[in-house]
Amino acid sequence: MNRAARYRILLVAAAIVLIELLCRAGVIDRLTMQPPSEMVRDLVVLLASGSMNGAMLKTLTNVAIACVLAVAAGIAFGVMIHGHRAVRNGLEPLFATYYAIPIYAFYPLLIILFGLGDAPQILIGFMLAVVAMIVNTLNGLDRVPRVLMKTARIYRLGPVATARKITLPSAAPYLLTGVKFAVAYAFIGVIGAEFIMSRTGIGYEISFAYNNFDNKTMYPLIILILIISILINSTLSRWEALLMQRRSRT
Amino acid sequence: MTAKAWLSAINSAILIAALLVAWQLLFAVAGPQAMAPPLQTFRYLAHLLTTDAFRDHLEATARAFAFALLLALLFGLAIGFTLGMHRFASEVIEPILVSFYSIPKITLYPVILLAFGLGLPAKVAFGTIHGFVPVAIFTLVAVRNIDPVLLKTAHVLRLSRRKFVMSILIPAALPEIFTGIRIGFSLTLIGTLLGEMFGAQRGLGYLLMTAIGLQNVELIMAVILLIVLFAASVSTILIVVDHRLHRRML
Repeated sequence: MNRAARYRILLVAAAIVLIELLCRAGVIDRLTMQPPSEMVRDLVVLLASGSMNGAMLKTLTNVAIACVLAVAAGIAFGVMIHGHRAVRNGLEPLFATYYAIPIYAFYPLLIILFGLGDAPQILIGFMLAVVAMIVNTLNGLDRVPRVLMKTARIYRLGPVATARKITLPSAAPYLLTGVKFAVAYAFIGVIGAEFIMSRTGIGYEISFAYNNFDNKTMYPLIILILIISILINSTLSRWEALLMQRRSRT
Repeated sequence: MTAKAWLSAINSAILIAALLVAWQLLFAVAGPQAMAPPLQTFRYLAHLLTTDAFRDHLEATARAFAFALLLALLFGLAIGFTLGMHRFASEVIEPILVSFYSIPKITLYPVILLAFGLGLPAKVAFGTIHGFVPVAIFTLVAVRNIDPVLLKTAHVLRLSRRKFVMSILIPAALPEIFTGIRIGFSLTLIGTLLGEMFGAQRGLGYLLMTAIGLQNVELIMAVILLIVLFAASVSTILIVVDHRLHRRML
């Protein structure tokens, strides 16, 4: 492990210890936050009891579905419009504005259209994630070196073979960046939707615990979500770095 | 106007027309319980803007957003410049910033509410934690990756630190920093609105949340329309400035 990583771990640990001390000393009162050590203990108890398994399964499944749909649709749409300058220029302001719009506001509309099941939540996650995937697909395709495309033409590769042998490997790290964002946005979408109107899922459990001043349930669940999203994110980042390295070597 | 400017104006006009047509078609499919048609929404928004109650909410959001944006820029630039000029510190802290960027910050809303209480400070805090990260990351990368020739020139000319920052560092890093500010703008806006949706008694986000609760479709659509109009026009201006700054550097 390099020196920067050691310092980083030290810094994070110091921050956690500081919060622990502030909580124990009563500077941060218990209604606001419990000491981190107790959050971890409560999290272990909560996970062992299995009472949250249903909610966790529900949320993670919905996030996964939203994410897979967004990645597939985002890549397909990106590939489709990549060659069309006019369409891309026209859509650029839309992409730039998109993430300032509170997509959750469309939740009631989606409930009327798709009923009270999981579909509206998945759709919110999908709607947030898909644009990040499109933008990163376009970026990745833009960065496929021209010379590789010319090589493909010289070898008379068909569109499928070109995609499989040239475009995809070359654009892969950027696509992975898109996947990373898609995962993050799918989480934000699904959990936010659960906060607002759902009766199930971790988001609902968190807001239920918050409304009942039940910090013993709320903080462990928040930590759980954060840990899961950081784990997924750092795994994808590592993979991304690996692909990037391979891309620059060839 | 140049030919290019005309082209992009025509592009935007086509995009807006396409969105309006899509909206009208969606209305035809979804029906009046689910959404309001474009013309009716514009009329209702125009009417809302004349009422005092609505202007109160608008003013509350505007104030919270202004504070949040100001803080996001201050924190973002301060962190970005400090880390950008200290390579080791940036190696330690940048991954933490990136992780923070990718976590679903919406799960933190109960923590923010417990720490700041309901009202203006919570909204501002929520907007700021969404917005400061892209500003910080873009600034950091821009400052760190500054052209070494510029550094050597500054050294040869024996510029004072102040002079170096003012006449070399800031102009050279400005285009990238501006991109960060552009993204920070959108995220601060959505953060502020989300903060209002979950923890406020005033503001457009609160209005949206009550409208969702009451199934007041007309109000939901009008508030979203206003937010989209604001976000889209500011984003478009920022994109134009962004492109100009980047072109100037070439």
